[in-house]
Amino acid sequence: MSATGIGAAVRRKEDFRFVTGSGQYTDDVVRPGETRAVFVRSPHAHAKIKSIDVGAARKMPGVVDVLTGAQLATDKIGNLICGWMIHSKDGSPMKMAPHPALAAAKVNCVGDAVAVVIAETYEQGRDAAEKVKVDYDVLTAVVDPAKAQAPGAPQIHADIANNTIYQWHLGDAKATAAAFAAAAHVTKLDIVNNRLVPNAMEPRAALAEYDVGTDNLTLWNTSQNPHVARLVIAAFVGMAPEHKLRVIAPDVGGGFGSKIFIYPEEVVCLWAARKVRRPVKWTCDRSEAFLTDCHGRDHVTHAELALDAQGKILALRAKTIANLGAYMSTFSSSVPTYLYATLLSGQYDIPSIYCEVDAVYTNTAPVDAYRGAGRPEATFVVERLVEVAARQMKIEPADLRKRNFIKTFPHQTPVIMAYDAGDYHASLKKALEIADVKGFAKRKRDAVRHGKLRGLGFSTYIEACGIAPSQAVGSLGAGVGLWESAEVRVNPTGSVEVLTGCHAHGQGHETTFAQLVSERLGIPFENISIVHGDTDKVQFGMGTYGSRSAAVGMSAIVKALDKVEAKAKKVAAHLLEAAEGDIEFKDGKFTVAGTDKQAAWGDVALNAYIAHKFTGQELEPGLKETSFYDPTNFTFPAGCHICEVEVDIDTGKTDIVNWTAVDDFGTIINPMIVEGQVHGGIAQGIGQALLEGAVYDKSGQLVTGSMMDYTMPRAHDLPSFHVGMTETKSPSNPLGVKGCGEAGAIAAPAAVINAITDAIGTEDLAMPATANAVWSALKRATPRQAA
Amino acid sequence: MAMVMTGEVQLPASREVVYAKLNDAEVLKACIPGCEELNKISDTELQAAAVVKIGPVKARFKGKVNLTDLNPPNGYRISGEGEGGVAGFAKGGATVALTEKDGGTLLTYNVEAQIGGKLAQLGQRLVNGAAKKIADDFFKNFAAAVAAG
Repeated sequence: MSATGIGAAVRRKEDFRFVTGSGQYTDDVVRPGETRAVFVRSPHAHAKIKSIDVGAARKMPGVVDVLTGAQLATDKIGNLICGWMIHSKDGSPMKMAPHPALAAAKVNCVGDAVAVVIAETYEQGRDAAEKVKVDYDVLTAVVDPAKAQAPGAPQIHADIANNTIYQWHLGDAKATAAAFAAAAHVTKLDIVNNRLVPNAMEPRAALAEYDVGTDNLTLWNTSQNPHVARLVIAAFVGMAPEHKLRVIAPDVGGGFGSKIFIYPEEVVCLWAARKVRRPVKWTCDRSEAFLTDCHGRDHVTHAELALDAQGKILALRAKTIANLGAYMSTFSSSVPTYLYATLLSGQYDIPSIYCEVDAVYTNTAPVDAYRGAGRPEATFVVERLVEVAARQMKIEPADLRKRNFIKTFPHQTPVIMAYDAGDYHASLKKALEIADVKGFAKRKRDAVRHGKLRGLGFSTYIEACGIAPSQAVGSLGAGVGLWESAEVRVNPTGSVEVLTGCHAHGQGHETTFAQLVSERLGIPFENISIVHGDTDKVQFGMGTYGSRSAAVGMSAIVKALDKVEAKAKKVAAHLLEAAEGDIEFKDGKFTVAGTDKQAAWGDVALNAYIAHKFTGQELEPGLKETSFYDPTNFTFPAGCHICEVEVDIDTGKTDIVNWTAVDDFGTIINPMIVEGQVHGGIAQGIGQALLEGAVYDKSGQLVTGSMMDYTMPRAHDLPSFHVGMTETKSPSNPLGVKGCGEAGAIAAPAAVINAITDAIGTEDLAMPATANAVWSALKRATPRQAA
Repeated sequence: MAMVMTGEVQLPASREVVYAKLNDAEVLKACIPGCEELNKISDTELQAAAVVKIGPVKARFKGKVNLTDLNPPNGYRISGEGEGGVAGFAKGGATVALTEKDGGTLLTYNVEAQIGGKLAQLGQRLVNGAAKKIADDFFKNFAAAVAAG
């Protein structure tokens, strides 16, 4: 292993600019004559718009224009769309309500934008926005997904009865029912997967510029996938033809899924920039972000597990209501279906699974993918069921898992997925050792002496990353392909630029992708640049989400490098006057087999461009290759997390005293970055389990609308994590990588709740398990705790 | 978000006097903290503007106030709704009952209110405390006005 190659803990290239404040984020981009957009948002969750009076606002100082939804419709700007078609059980397509970028007739959640002020300065825009008078006819709101379908519930969108978007199912209902009928033991759980607000450090932003001379539009935005944004804004919103629209996503400060989607504000900025003939910038403030970033999770589920007398799982069934909020966001439909129910087999050999999912509209912010997207929800269902079943059947939780682990691969689950590789025993065994589970009984006894209840919780999770291949996802309703592109440009001096369709917003691609190139070409790490996030530079790409960049994006680079090497060998053959078949390439040197003739990488690169040693008929000059890579399968990272907690009997306060994470991510490119991803994921998972929860009151007001009321995890909430790795290579891509970005957030919530419920001796506990919630659960379970 | 508040205050005057003061726009204007305007449109309808500060949100609310269930001198219901621009909205009402007690009048009130928009998003944790303070200040002022005759 070289110091900068695959497997090396190379420090992140990008961190110098980030830690010195020299990153270039969307809000840092300043264009001549730039104006500021300030949105007027609905304070009501559900209301008809009777009238909008912009007269007074127009007269305010510095106001360039005030635009409304009616004008948007007049200009024929199309609606935002959801790009994944889901069909209901009865074969009918999902019911997607119109989502205009500015509401004209009706608002459906607090924060719905009804008008936009374009002003010289942000302050002038805010002052003018206060003067926009909107007359609302307030309607009754519904916010609880479990109540959205009830007879008499307020109907949010015309023609969509019972607020029901689809009633979908997966699996074999009959076989599952038969397995349950024959079961020796059935475990039942009612689960609420709490709603989360993403809160990336950098809020969303958009800057749009229109060039009158060329009729070109440029959008700088905080996108995780600029090409998809361009495609949707061009082809569906109809803003401009694709070749007349350039989307640049420069440095982006965190996404966690929330920046995948195409949002109203960027559409409005583009439209306004063309109308006022000046650049228009919008930067979201934190209060707006709470209301308008797509939220995550929000499932209500009843789940059951059937087992035989020996603890062998026979079947699993679940009925979930998924809250998609007021509008269907870009990929919202896929999250509670193909990213959720397909993972309900967990790491276990389960003969029969049946899952029903109803997706509903409510008067809340749209819900879409958030770190893990469907897989944390699935893992929570499976791992809570297994843990509770073990307790009820008086089998050690680790032992029950072992009895049911999948042992041979490939393994076809009853819910679409074909797991390609894994070793679940290995990760469990290693985690049991690191967590010193043998010593737990003593630690538990010791804890009681100082008024604490100790608990241990497992989560042996699995996830599916690098969603692919395109043909498969297409058959499941995806509106796009999920391949990735790479272009490797070798300069005449031998330095290399890699253009990737992935997008980095914290993942460290500039480092890990360069490690791959450095390893492969044997050239210094410093001589490699990674270019991403600009539709004028990168031809097309699918962006970064779903832990896909290593498995799909780097694989595309490998394929392009294969082509570069093949071409370079041809050049070297001419340069060294040898047969192409005799050229060998290793450690950045071309040699001729059986001779001492050699040429350095830089010599070959230069000769490819000066083309003095071959004719144009023999070989095309230049050294640049492109690849579009479509994998053969998803990848299946898996592992075992063990959480140990201490609960204060008097206050219900939970302290996580020990955390063990053993993950199998396949080949590791940079262990330091992987460990960082694991830490971040666990932090977010612990946040969901202990602290975070978006709460709307009955009238649809978001009462956890700021950092005062929505509790993000902080350093003191988290222990020092013990991270270990096991490795089975993914056979589905050339590097054997699996993806590590979401694992922690997927594994952690179940581990935490399993640990707390173990400590307090009752399963009656919902997330977030705040001190109050745990204390209340302890009180409800008093008889058992009285001793 | 919804909020409820109840309370009572002993006033040194007859029910008739208290009831009359409760219907006097000038008295109410002087007593309501932050009230800038309170104009009678009719006997039961008033136009109001008041500046309210709750935590980080400060806004000028404009709206209509209605007096209903008039039952002199036993009480009435006062309700209204106001728009505070980007700060959001507030609406609600109070049932006010007057009973004779200790030679004076015992005023009891039941308030229910709903707020929305930025007020609810940022100020909700502070709303109950702020509302209690506004009510306390109002009745302190009102008791003084009643005592002054």
